[in-house]
Amino acid sequence: MVEWTDSERAIITSIFSNLDYEEIGRKSLCRCLIVYPWTQRYFGGFGNLYNAETILCNPLIAAHGTKILHGLDRALKNMDDIKNTYAELSLLHSDKLHVDPDNFRLLADCLTVVIAAKMGPAFTVDTQVAWQKFLSVVVSALGRQYH
Amino acid sequence: MNDDCNDGDDDADDDDDDDDDDDDDNCSLEGNYLNVNMSLSSKQKATVKDFFSKMSTRSDDIGAEALSRLVAVYPQTKSYFSHWKDASPGSAPVRKHGITIMGGVYDAVGKIDDLKGGLLSLSELHAFMLRVDPVNFKLLAHCMLVCMSMIFPEEFTPQVHVAVDKFLAQLALALAEKYR
Repeated sequence: MVEWTDSERAIITSIFSNLDYEEIGRKSLCRCLIVYPWTQRYFGGFGNLYNAETILCNPLIAAHGTKILHGLDRALKNMDDIKNTYAELSLLHSDKLHVDPDNFRLLADCLTVVIAAKMGPAFTVDTQVAWQKFLSVVVSALGRQYH
Repeated sequence: MNDDCNDGDDDADDDDDDDDDDDDDNCSLEGNYLNVNMSLSSKQKATVKDFFSKMSTRSDDIGAEALSRLVAVYPQTKSYFSHWKDASPGSAPVRKHGITIMGGVYDAVGKIDDLKGGLLSLSELHAFMLRVDPVNFKLLAHCMLVCMSMIFPEEFTPQVHVAVDKFLAQLALALAEKYR
């Protein structure tokens, strides 16, 4: 089981409490699709992804970004058992969506960059350490049910 | 409201360049088909040079911060610095070395048209002396991108991000060129 210090819990909780899920979700997913264009393979039904501008203006992508952030919220609310909280989601990504789990890491990196931009100097070294630890647990849990 | 949608002015150049390059900002797979080794288009090279020029007043900070974050977020990277008295994030040797590395990155920007040729001696250094596992280049690149994003949130757009990420990946490849 993952051990969280009080400081780590406080940092993660604080980040989420100051987050606009819609803004950050949209920006992170768009950035992922732009920086790692092969990730677009999973978004065939999401309309126009022709270039960076159309991706950034795509409402379906924006909505999905928000959905992803709300999914992360579940991990926040169950920090002591992310593994089991995400068991079903992991199966979904494996069996229904057929997403290569490496993509979770790519999205996580984009999320980190977007949050760093938002928080600026407040995204201290300790904050980044805690945040990336949280994301690595999430990524690991999402990939866990693949078979 | 989605501010990025109104960014049209800054990116007005994008459509003009579609004639010049096969794969400038075209994110579709068809666009990248002709450039399977993921090299930089001329537009992306210009984007990199432009952003690094904007960044130059803070390049020392970014280098120092990036290396501090590398050893903090990925503690296994400290294994390369066992000869320092203090390899903790923010320590003097870490900051100093981060600045050195960033200097090397800036030098590479100047050699962006021939990274393999231009970085030959650095590549030999990394291959035969330092022998840094190439996976660490990716980790440091990520930390650099985070610092760039923190310090230049407006300028570090997704389009700049992809160009810089590609450049750092190319740089890493050039550094590992002599490994085997």
